Amino acid sequence: MLDADFFRRWMTATTALVDREAERLTALDSPIGDADHGSNLKRGFTAVAAALEEEAPATPGAVLILAGRQLISKVGGASGPLYGTLLRRTGKALGDSAEVSAGQLAEALRTGVDAVRTLGGAAPGDKTMVDALVPAVEALGDSFGAARTAAAEGAEATTPLQARKGRASYLGERSIGHQDPGATSAALLFEALKEAAGE
Amino acid sequence: MSDGRQLVGIVLVSHSAEVAASVAELAKELSGGAGTVAVAPAGGTASGEFGTSSELVAAAAASVDRGAGVAVLTDLGSAVLTVKALLAEGDELPDHTRLVDAPFVEGAVAAVVTASTGADLDAVEAAAAEAYSYRKA
Repeated sequence: MLDADFFRRWMTATTALVDREAERLTALDSPIGDADHGSNLKRGFTAVAAALEEEAPATPGAVLILAGRQLISKVGGASGPLYGTLLRRTGKALGDSAEVSAGQLAEALRTGVDAVRTLGGAAPGDKTMVDALVPAVEALGDSFGAARTAAAEGAEATTPLQARKGRASYLGERSIGHQDPGATSAALLFEALKEAAGE
Repeated sequence: MSDGRQLVGIVLVSHSAEVAASVAELAKELSGGAGTVAVAPAGGTASGEFGTSSELVAAAAASVDRGAGVAVLTDLGSAVLTVKALLAEGDELPDHTRLVDAPFVEGAVAAVVTASTGADLDAVEAAAAEAYSYRKA
């Protein structure tokens, strides 16, 4: 079973990975975006880590809701409301339980990903974070390791795609040949999940 | 002009503080100095960079809320997504706050003019959205 400590470790591990990969995320965001994805997410997750330290929420759901609210208010770019909605909706779906199963987490994340798709209007194949999130959540039923691999593969598979959402979509065919920064950061979330599970 | 009714408030959310403030000024000017309509810009991030701040949006919405509803117009990208995420949250924006699907500048002018007549939120939204149909060529 996964308790609040597990979810705090997940968010802390995500913060560390975002911190480590911030320059790469921003570099990916330079040719097809506005070169701020890494710095925006780093600011957001730094605020998440600080808020979790200060408030120490007692349930898995409360950890993710607090993290989501921080991202919406601190990031400043589109990734803030998108990741914020993902975590907050997932947290709400987990309810008040002190512990949840991996299956319950997978089910809650599915709700979160659906909310992201509704908010941003993106479908798989649009070259967005959805391309990493959807396969990851599907694979989460098997294991955290499978979810991590599916997310990373989903992110890599965005390279040949033409963007249909976000700023990159203005570039049309010129968006082809670049890995999507949002899908890349979404894969970090699942790498951190695997780390939090100690796998 | 409003028969004592409360007026709909208008919030203008842009990635740029200057754009938001300037469009607010322009809309008030073009609406014949409809000075009684509360119009608040929410531009850029809290630290003054380009982007969107949910705190600035929430503060702007609270500042123009007179009880008749608040119409929020946005430019693009994170401005749209931030307002939608705040609306989904349920408790960060005043009751009867609505994201209006409208062109930013033309919609702002239409919204402020319409709000100044004492029109309700539905009418303000319809006027702003109708600005999409003003062809220029």
